[in-house]
Formats: sequence, structure tokens, C-alpha cells
Amino acid sequence: MEILQRIAQSLEAGDDGDVPGLTRQALAEGIAPKVVLDQGLIAGMNVVGEKFRVHEIFLPDVLLAAKAMYAGMDILKPLLSSAGVASRGRVVIGSVQGDLHDIGKNLVGIMLRGAGFEVVDLGNDVAAEKFVAEAKSRDARVIGMSALLTTTMPVMKEVVDLLKKENLHGRIKTIIGGAPVSREYAGEIGADAYGYDCAQAVERVKELAAAASLRGGTAAS
Amino acid sequence: MDGIRARCGRGEVLLADGAMGSLLMARGLEKGAAPESLNLSRPEVLEDIARLYLEAGAEIIQTNTFGASPLKLAKYGLAGRAAEINAAAVAAVRRTVGDKAYVSASVGPSGRLLLPFGDTSESDVLDSFLLQIAALLKAGVDAICVETMTDLTEARLAVQAARRLSSAIPVMATMTFEPTPRGFFTIMGVSIVAACRGLEEAGADLVGSNCGNGSAQMVAIAREFRKCTRLPLLIQSNAGIPELRQGQVRYPETPDCMAKMSRELLAAGVSVIGGCCGTTPDHIRAMRRAIDDGAKMKPGDPAQVR
Repeated sequence: MEILQRIAQSLEAGDDGDVPGLTRQALAEGIAPKVVLDQGLIAGMNVVGEKFRVHEIFLPDVLLAAKAMYAGMDILKPLLSSAGVASRGRVVIGSVQGDLHDIGKNLVGIMLRGAGFEVVDLGNDVAAEKFVAEAKSRDARVIGMSALLTTTMPVMKEVVDLLKKENLHGRIKTIIGGAPVSREYAGEIGADAYGYDCAQAVERVKELAAAASLRGGTAAS
Repeated sequence: MDGIRARCGRGEVLLADGAMGSLLMARGLEKGAAPESLNLSRPEVLEDIARLYLEAGAEIIQTNTFGASPLKLAKYGLAGRAAEINAAAVAAVRRTVGDKAYVSASVGPSGRLLLPFGDTSESDVLDSFLLQIAALLKAGVDAICVETMTDLTEARLAVQAARRLSSAIPVMATMTFEPTPRGFFTIMGVSIVAACRGLEEAGADLVGSNCGNGSAQMVAIAREFRKCTRLPLLIQSNAGIPELRQGQVRYPETPDCMAKMSRELLAAGVSVIGGCCGTTPDHIRAMRRAIDDGAKMKPGDPAQVR
């Protein structure tokens, strides 16, 4: 399995030239696409996310690693779907209105794609109405909201309130994250989950998506 | 009135103004609207804010042009109106302050990531800054203030754009740092020593930091800057890190806190002291008194905070 470590290391180094070749090589060695994804690409991206969180590396390194990861995923994606590795569902993400910071949100988006979700990224400065409208029209199970500024956090509550008003609370789950956000704040505004970091956010979204599908599916159904 | 550079060169300390965005919101700026759209629709709001800061004792008043580069305005479909938006902002402040204060033109980030990390070329970013700064200069500003930068390449492009258009205009440049276990870095990984070197080489006359930090960290940042450059320094601190209380945003640092910080920044050798997010005219008034008291003390005076 040395090849998987090499994929992870190339990804950590942000080498999008090497990652596709190594990904093909791993497949040629007979390793299942899902294993290449989990133990190669995602393992590497997890290290990148953690190093970024503790300020060991900075945003440019993360962006280059993400490019490398997408280069590898382009090869794996058709194989994963033909192998019957189904999508885990759709997630709408964005930074809330007034907030132009989208680094953390982008990182979560990358990791969610890696975990098999279809991600609709609405970008930054997203209004509450847009989160809900997009989640409805795209048949999403989860809305993920990020804020870096305390001043913009109230928009998260607006989204939760809007879902309640439209009777979608529970069918479309909500998760929030970002530097000023806490588990307590998630509880206070009635959000379904809080993600402390990227890895935890992905785990929570997996649980939420499963719960949302158990409740009889999504908004459009 | 002598220029900013000459006065800094003589060892004078100048007071800049405080936050703009919160005052715009208090005057009806709608969520999701471009703050700079008010420059055309309600310039009297800009006059009102400039007057408050002038009366509080600020000598450098910033224009409402932080996001008025065409690349940034494009997000609101206003790129084509960049020149008039910048000109209107300068005119409003000038009408209010006359020659009683310097009009400093705010130039913020493009909001785009440069290649190879993002999708925008350096020449597109340079062209965008050139257009904005040409409009600001034509409208008669006294200084260009490139601010809140995190990417050194982009910050340098803005400074170079100003320099290319005018060798005489004072150019100030600040970046936003965060504390890490290995010292202060911008989110793009720029250290204070790298910022000093890069900004000075691009042609900045004053360098420093704004936003992102409260007073304690800003004093530490200022001291670090002082070790890295001989250029005059510019520091604009937030009134602490914002907190959410019962759905209301609150900046924790009082005018007294920021007056104390001003004394420490004086001692650290900072030439231009101002405020960023959460700093109100009341804060600026308290900082005015602190700076005036500091100026009365002779060098070597034991009462001086050094």
C-alpha cells in the first residue's frame, strides 16, 4: 500500500502534476477506487486540513492541495459511480450573508466531495432565503453554513427559522461552523449540528444526511 | 499644511479615523448591498461620518472606497461605475474636511485569489487597482491607503499601481495578521518581516497593520514591525474581537482601552494611529487625548510610557 502513502504525500505537497499519475498507478496495482480515495486522497487532505488548523501551513498550501485532490478525483469519479458507490446525497454550503471569508467553508466542501457527497457551493455572502431556496430546488438533505465574523452569525438563525416556517425543519438538516461559532450557539439557534473542524463537520454531515433520508427524504419529495 | 510624509519624518504622530462599515449600517446600509453604492445614492451619509471623526480629532479621514475596485464592484454589477463611485467618495469627504484633515483613499483587496491558487491573473488585478487609484488621484486625495491585505503579491500590485500613477502621493500599506504558535502571519502565510520588505520594495511610504486584532495583539504587531523596517508605521486596531450578546454584536474594548493602546503605540514608535472595526468617534476622541498628552511629554521624561 506504499502507493497510497505516496498519493497522500504528493497531495500534501500540492503536486497536482503527480497525483493523477499516482492515482492511475494505484488502480493499475488493483487497489479499489474507494480505497484509493479514502486512504490516498482523503488521508492526504485530512493532514492538510489539520496542519492548516494549527497554522503549520497557510491558505496557498491548502488551495494547491485541493487542486491536486480534484485532479485525482477526476480519475476516480467515473469508477466510483460505475462500481455502485452511490452518492451520499446533496449538501448545500456557503458562508453567510455579510461574510466574505470562505476558506473554512471551501475546505469543508472539498472534504465532503471526497466523502461522496454532491456539494452545491453557494459561495460567500449568501442570504438566508438563498440557502433555503437552493436546498429546496436542489433536493438537498443538509445545509452547511460558515461564518468567520461574529457580526454575520445571526444569519444562521434566520436560516433555521426560515426552515421552521416552511415546515422543512428536520427534512433539511442544518450544520454550522466557523471560528466564532460554538456548539452552544448551534443549540441556542436550533441548528442540528456544529462542526468544530473539517473532519468533524464531515462526520456530522454523514449522520445528518442519514437521518434526513430516514425521515422520508428531502424537500422535493 | 505639510504632507503626511514630512510630518511623520519630523517625528509627529497623526491620528486617523475609526470604523466605517458599522456607521454606514447604522445609517441604513442594507444587508447584501455594496457599501460603496451609498457614495452615489446618499453622499450626505459620508459627509456625516467624516464630520463625526473630524470633530473627534482625527487628522486623516478615510474615503468609503475599500471595495471600490472594479474587480470587487463586479460582484454587485457596479464595475462600470467604479470611477464615479471613487470620485464621489473623495468629493464627500473633501467637502466636509476641507484642508483641516488629510483625505486618505482606502483601497482594499480585490476579493479574488491570484493564480496559481485562484483563477485571477496579476495583470487583471493590477488593471483593476490602476483604474480605481487613477480615479482617486484625479479626485484629489492626499494619500492612498492600501489596507486589510493578506496576499503580499496583491498588496504589492496595489502599491505599485499607486506608484506608477504618482511618484508624489504618499502611499500607506497595511496587512492583516493573525497570531500563530510561530509568530504573526497573514492567512496567506506572509510574515511581518516579509511584509515590510515586500511593501517597501513596491514603493510604500508607510507600512503597518489593520483589522483582525484587538489592542494587545496590535501593540505586539507594532513592536515587531518596528524591528523590521525604518519606514514610518501605521496601526489601525479593532476595538477588540467582536462578541455576540443576545443577538447583538459588541466590540469589547472601551475608548479608555484604546487610549491606553495609543500610549503604547506611541512608545513603540508608531507614526499614524487609527481604528478599524468597532472603533467609534468616542474611541477616536479618547485616542486624541492620549496622543496629545504623549506629545507634551519631552523625550526622556520619566512619565513617558517607554
